[in-house]
Amino acid sequence: MTQRNRLDTGGRIDRGTPLGFKFNGQHYQGFAGDTLASALLANGVDVIGRSFKYSRPRGIVAASAEEPNAVFQLGATEATQVPNVRATQQELFDGLVSQPTSGWPGLKIDFMGVVGSLLGRMLPPGFYYKTFMFPQAAWDTYEKYIRKAAGLGRSPRKPDVDTYDHLNHHTDVLIVGAGPTGLSAALSAARAGARVILADEQAEMGGSLLDCTDKLDDKPAAEWVRGTLQELAGYDNVLLLPRATVNGYHDHNFLTIHERRTDHCADHAPTNLSRQRLHRVRARWVVLATGAHERPLVYGHNDLPGCMLASAVSTYINRYAVVPGRKLVLMTTNDNAYRTAFDWQDAGREVVAIVDTRAYATGAWQAEAERRGLKILKGMAVIEARGRQRVTGAVVAGLTSDGNRVTGDRQILNCDTLASSGGWSPVVHLSCHTGSRPVWDDDAIGFLPGKTVQQQLVAGAVNGRYSLSDCLTDGASIGAEAATKAGFPAKPATVPFVRTRPEIGAMALFCVPHPKPNSRAPKQFVDFQTDVTAAAIELATREGFESIEHIKRYTAMGFGTDQGKLGNINGMAVAAKSLNQTIPETGTTIFRPNYTPVTFGAIAGRHCNDLFDPIRYSAMHEWHVRNGARFEDVGQWKRPWYFPKADETMQQALNRECLATRESVGILDASTLGKIDIQGKDAREFLGRIYTNAWAKLPVGKCRYGLMCKEDGMVFDDGVTSCMGENHFVMTTTTGGAAGVLEWLELYHQTEWPELDVYMNTVTDHWATMTLAGPNARKLLAELTDDIDLDRDRFRFMDWRQGTVAGVPARVFRISFTGELSYEINVQANYGLHVWETLFDHGAKYKLTPYGTETMHILRAEKGFIIAGQDTDGSVHPYDLGMSWAVKEDKPFSFIGKRGMKREDCVRANRKQLVGIKTKDPSVVLPEGAQAVDNPDHPLPVPMLGHITSSYYSACLGRSIALGVIKGGHNRMGDTVHYPLADGRIVEAEICNTIFLDPEGERQNV
Amino acid sequence: MFYLFCPYCGEHREEEEFHPRGQAHLSRPEDPDGCTDEEWGDFIYFRTNPRGLHHEIWVHAVGCRKFFNVTRDTQSYEILETYRMGSAPRITDLNDKQQSREVQA
Ligand SMILES: [Zn+2]
Repeated sequence: MTQRNRLDTGGRIDRGTPLGFKFNGQHYQGFAGDTLASALLANGVDVIGRSFKYSRPRGIVAASAEEPNAVFQLGATEATQVPNVRATQQELFDGLVSQPTSGWPGLKIDFMGVVGSLLGRMLPPGFYYKTFMFPQAAWDTYEKYIRKAAGLGRSPRKPDVDTYDHLNHHTDVLIVGAGPTGLSAALSAARAGARVILADEQAEMGGSLLDCTDKLDDKPAAEWVRGTLQELAGYDNVLLLPRATVNGYHDHNFLTIHERRTDHCADHAPTNLSRQRLHRVRARWVVLATGAHERPLVYGHNDLPGCMLASAVSTYINRYAVVPGRKLVLMTTNDNAYRTAFDWQDAGREVVAIVDTRAYATGAWQAEAERRGLKILKGMAVIEARGRQRVTGAVVAGLTSDGNRVTGDRQILNCDTLASSGGWSPVVHLSCHTGSRPVWDDDAIGFLPGKTVQQQLVAGAVNGRYSLSDCLTDGASIGAEAATKAGFPAKPATVPFVRTRPEIGAMALFCVPHPKPNSRAPKQFVDFQTDVTAAAIELATREGFESIEHIKRYTAMGFGTDQGKLGNINGMAVAAKSLNQTIPETGTTIFRPNYTPVTFGAIAGRHCNDLFDPIRYSAMHEWHVRNGARFEDVGQWKRPWYFPKADETMQQALNRECLATRESVGILDASTLGKIDIQGKDAREFLGRIYTNAWAKLPVGKCRYGLMCKEDGMVFDDGVTSCMGENHFVMTTTTGGAAGVLEWLELYHQTEWPELDVYMNTVTDHWATMTLAGPNARKLLAELTDDIDLDRDRFRFMDWRQGTVAGVPARVFRISFTGELSYEINVQANYGLHVWETLFDHGAKYKLTPYGTETMHILRAEKGFIIAGQDTDGSVHPYDLGMSWAVKEDKPFSFIGKRGMKREDCVRANRKQLVGIKTKDPSVVLPEGAQAVDNPDHPLPVPMLGHITSSYYSACLGRSIALGVIKGGHNRMGDTVHYPLADGRIVEAEICNTIFLDPEGERQNV
Repeated sequence: MFYLFCPYCGEHREEEEFHPRGQAHLSRPEDPDGCTDEEWGDFIYFRTNPRGLHHEIWVHAVGCRKFFNVTRDTQSYEILETYRMGSAPRITDLNDKQQSREVQA
């Protein structure tokens, strides 16, 4: 393949560095400095995809972020697949592999051409709107075909081989865009000493100056760019970020920048480099120098390959030395686009005609065109393009001066390239991200950034100042203003003199009229990516959609990955005309982040795999791993779930752990329970207010169980709190609830009762906690301590003692969550593993058995002990749980939850109440969540009584046990209820007391 | 992503360090047991949801753990002031925005 459209000289490409690449299975060659788009054009590749709805051939239209058609799938391997890459923004590298994302089953095999008209009928405007009104099943059927045909790209099926980084910055001035405006703004701000970040989406900074033929101070524009960048690079206070798109403008001047750091190097990043970076920037002031996108004109068959933006044609010629055709017809509403005809002619190709929609176009640019011998057709327009796979001609006709009608005879101009310019659309996207609406400006013939609460300034073309010299001066003064506002008094940088021709006024024309009404004219495309035509927008207004937001949703205009950068304004103009309104009356849709698609890799950064979420380990974790524990995630904690031996199933392991504990002694790592140290002379009073039970008389050395409710009276956490000293308590909470409880305590202390002298802090990580449980617990512990008197009558149930265990200081609590004789040993976390191992050194003779959270759950359920968050769900108060013993109504202070649990709904009969559930068949273990009904034969809907909250097989009892809520359950002991299951079985069960084992509580008193 | 000034730390910090705890300046009734169900229901469930000026509680959760008040424009997301628990807002009307900018500067 030869680069038949490549010029022999000129451009910013390196002809000495040829690069091979693949597109759609074919091999091509380009040069260093090319984009994928410029390389494809150099090779004369006209058709790069087929359109979404009508399957029409499409070519490259633009040279920058606004490109709607050349959106490709990149990647040489499965792991390096990247969807949604705009070929105009992808730098070429050797070995690049790309695929069109549209055009199933192939660009050349015109399968969709056959069914395209069928699909076109299947997908009328309003298709999505109407489809979503259909039953879901219908959508499922279309969806997979539409997706495949529409070419939305696909994600890789293998893990990404690259790494991505996040960087955080604070800066005084962030300048978005390094074109003439941004560069001069950066000079002003940098010279004043402000910290400046200058970000630009392209590989090379300079923007339009890189393809500009105007002279700055009578020298090539690129020379000024080079000098300016050299100066900026020399400042320590300036960070230049090329290949970095500012994609999101968020609240309080927080902006996100997507830097494609090594996407230009190879299929994946070089060793030890990240592929992309997400810069998170908090800027004092932001200067938007985002420029403007040229707006194409809408006319019949304007989507044929060969129809391009005028400025894009100039960019390809001047920057990439690629002339994308032989014979050019240029249609324009303004003087600026005349440059394209001159560039084309200077490249040695034929300019067939300049079709100027303005009859009044007589000025310096027209004089220059005439001097060059170019034909200008004034007051005329291209009403349709001719051709099948590429433009072969342009149908030209006269235009009334208001641009509303076609007049006179038609003529056909032979050409293969049809460039158009309808003026400029300021790139207002970022200015809209925080909710500001852009405002229409008649002089700029475009929307300009609206008022904002952000510390944001706008400069240059985005603010409607399109001429190069305005951009330079505006940039310099706005850059100085931003620096000054940020606290660095600055003067505008001196800007170079631009030698150019004066321009005469542009014409506001968007959609070129056709002799036929738009509904019967050749298709006039407004949005290429979603295949929305002018006729479709008119249809939407006829069907009664008047708001532009509704028209957008009805037609899907602007819904593509390009967010309608090219087509939105034209679409609004078509809608406005159809509604007999002005464009500002019609309004604009709002742009949202991100400006261009961002990869998931960049968003995730390093927050994946092991670094996805912090993991918390107890001090004994290593031992658990060595001893074959299976782990369970509880919040961020890894907790041993159970400790299987060799061939044991989970249930076999649980049975063994349960029996060993009840028969001799077991041990649980309970370090993850939340622990809050509470001190102060009002600590006791504070506890009385936040717990439902009494704390006024708890003596030093004693422990007490407490329930915590919210103001609505519903239980949200529980645990044992111990009195360490008259003004000192240690509270325990559930593992998952620890942080929430501490914040809850602080909330009440800081906002409601700041007068209470109380202080609290988390001590969860300070202590390692091990629970010895079982009839031999005392004997084992006695071997490890000689200063704690373990006598059953002197160290009683719900007492705690300070002493030494295994030679280290310890707090030992005689509390029990299993119903067995039980000691909870707390030592400094660093001693945890030592004490644990010492217990095992001595424990062999008692068959000391480690157990995990699952056995803990079974043992406590046998005793009817609740787990807050499992047996409660925010709708259960202490009385529902049958725990009236834990509520002390006559405390002087109206504790949290007291008033709530007295509300009418909380005291009614028939509330769901916690009960025990025994299946009639003892071998059946009900699934948690199963719903109880009285009569399974009841016609639908069957009244539901409540659900199972906890359910296990109990080896100690030789049967299944469950806890659950049942309406009015406390008064239904012995009743039979039924649990219909998802698999069709109906399980019969009996309502019983929640305490299945040792109802008298004798076991803990041994 | 908000940028919040913690009145206890005396610094602007990123939103990730904070979280909101709802409407500010709501007091727990002095005598809960004397409240009717309706009064108690109002206290625990009913909150204002204004478009515009709003006083709300935030907590510097992974900083100093202090709760403080924020006056925020719920439409523009501007933070007009932050102030300590127990003190009154300076800004009670969106027309005072200008004043807030001066306060913050
Ligand atoms: Zn703070």
